[in-house]
Amino acid sequence: MTATTTNESASVTSGATVDRTSDRELVVTRTINAPARIVFDAWTKPELFQRWWVPRSMPMRLVTCEMDVRVGGGYRLVFDYDGSTFEFFGKYIEVTPPSRLAWTNDEGGGEQVTTVTFDERDGRTHLTIHDLYPSKEALDRAIASGSTGGLPEQLEQLDELLATLDTSEA
Amino acid sequence: MVQYQPSRLDASFAALSDATRRGVLERLGRADASISDLAEAFRMTLTGMRKHVRVLEEARLVTTEKVGRVRTCRLGPHRLADETAWLEEYRRLWNERFDELDKVVEEQLWKERLDDRNDDE
Repeated sequence: MTATTTNESASVTSGATVDRTSDRELVVTRTINAPARIVFDAWTKPELFQRWWVPRSMPMRLVTCEMDVRVGGGYRLVFDYDGSTFEFFGKYIEVTPPSRLAWTNDEGGGEQVTTVTFDERDGRTHLTIHDLYPSKEALDRAIASGSTGGLPEQLEQLDELLATLDTSEA
Repeated sequence: MVQYQPSRLDASFAALSDATRRGVLERLGRADASISDLAEAFRMTLTGMRKHVRVLEEARLVTTEKVGRVRTCRLGPHRLADETAWLEEYRRLWNERFDELDKVVEEQLWKERLDDRNDDE
C-alpha cells in the first residue's frame, strides 16, 4: 500500500514519499537541498528543530524541546494546544553524525523505533525516515485510530480531524 | 487551509487528550465492543466507561447503538476511510514539515557561507 508521488522533474525539490514497506514499517523520504551536516544539525539542535517540526496548519506550539543527542541520551518534546500540554519522549539509540540517527518513542509504552538516515549525494541530502512498529497489529492499530508513528499521536489525530471535519461538516 | 468549527474541534481534542479514551479508540479500531467489554478491558466501572464513551460520542469519534440490554460502540465518522487516505494525509503533513525544514537549512547554508567569508578576510 503506497501513497507516493512521483517527481516528474528532478530539478525542483520534490514532495515527500510515504510507503508502508512491510507489515510493521513506514518509510518517509525526501531530498533536501543542502549537505548532510546541515540537515543533521536541523534534526539535532533544538533551536533549529523546533522551527520546522510542527506543521503550520496545526494550532499547536512546541513549548519544550530538550535533546541530549548521544547514545543513551534522552529527548523530550512538550506541545501546547490551547492550554493542554502533551509530552513525547524517548532515548537516542544511534547517533552517527551526519549520516544516521535513531531513537525510541517511549510515550506509548511500546517499542517503536524511528531511524533517520542522511545520504549525501552531490551536495544534496536524501532523507529517509523509517518507523518500525513492534508488530503488524501495532501499526494497523495506529492507522485505525488515526495516530502515526514517529509523530506525536495527538497531532496526527488533530490533523486527521481537521481534514475529516472539512468533508463531514459540509 | 481547511475550515472547521472550533467548538467541534475543541470537543474532539478534549476527547483525545485522555489516555483511556485514546486506548478505547485503539481498541475499537480492532473490533466493535460493548461498554461492559471496554470497562472490563480498562479495569473501570461501567459508569466511568460510560462517561468516557459519551465524551467520544460527542466528538463523533465513536458511535453507539443499543440493542436489547447491550450498547455496542464502534468508531465514528471522524475516522479516515482507509489506509491509503491515511497515508496521503501523513504525506501531506510531512510535506508541510519539509517545506519549513528547507527554509531552516537554506538559512544555515547562508550563515555558513557568511562565516567562511569572514574567516577568509
